[in-house]
Amino acid sequence: MPEPQPAAQFAHLPQQHEVAQLGIWTFLATEVLFFGALLLSYAVYRSADPAAFAEAARHTKIAIGTINTAILLTSSFLVAWAVAVVKTGGSRFAAFLLWSAAALGLSFIGLKGVEYAMEYGEHLLPGFGFRYDGPASQSVALFFSFYIVATVIHAIHVAVGIAVFAVIGRRAYQHAYSGSYHSPVIVFGLYWHFVDIVWIFLFALIYLPGRSG
Amino acid sequence: MTPVIRPPAVLVFSWLAALVLLSITVIAAYLPLGAGNTIVALLIAFTKAAIVAAVFMELRRQNGFIITFATAGFFWLAILFWLAFTDYSTRANFPPTINWGL
Repeated sequence: MPEPQPAAQFAHLPQQHEVAQLGIWTFLATEVLFFGALLLSYAVYRSADPAAFAEAARHTKIAIGTINTAILLTSSFLVAWAVAVVKTGGSRFAAFLLWSAAALGLSFIGLKGVEYAMEYGEHLLPGFGFRYDGPASQSVALFFSFYIVATVIHAIHVAVGIAVFAVIGRRAYQHAYSGSYHSPVIVFGLYWHFVDIVWIFLFALIYLPGRSG
Repeated sequence: MTPVIRPPAVLVFSWLAALVLLSITVIAAYLPLGAGNTIVALLIAFTKAAIVAAVFMELRRQNGFIITFATAGFFWLAILFWLAFTDYSTRANFPPTINWGL
């Protein structure tokens, strides 16, 4: 297998790697603001009517949410492991780890689908036959509007990650990465970990409020 | 170079720590702590995020340049929250005083 060469605009591979790293971190900074604006709107509406948001959050499926959090944390661990392995030249084993992470991502989306179906059946999804009796109905609709927008956008990010890991896993399986060249695994790993972090906060804001009341 | 396929201990430890924190945050959500429930949930969320960022994303090993890029988004987000909540928390104290002739 020939030694990988840097792209024409780079002097050497480490320089190319640093540019790729800065690129993904810049992208992630825009993602922080993208999801951050959503969280801001949540914070404003929740502070306006905390009791109603607690009441709404009690209707979310905490068992599925907790399992999904464990799934994403585990997939992040597998990706971090894949990065550690690929650095020592274990490209083929890293492929299995990346595919396993993608499979966990698929099960995350599958469980999310089950959750949406249950909420649809309970008339909790605004825009899809929302119906809620009681004085808090408007705030509950706001909560579930945030819920559906935030989790669908997050699920799209998970789906993109699954597709990318399927491709990168295949490249890894073909020994495309080595101890000296493995930037794509690191860069898309960073993306995946970020999507995990977004979920950690969504979990705390969507599933946990109102449980003790 | 012989590939090392065993996971580094720090990764295994961080993964298990994140799962333990997940269990703690779910249990804590059911304890009657009043406003403390939100604080505990957010503190644990920040701790889990910090573990992912420092260990899985390897930020603990990066130079200041990368760390600056990684924290830039949060800096601007803090400004967004600060200004937005300055507005929403004081709006009632400053009702509009200008009559636009309507």
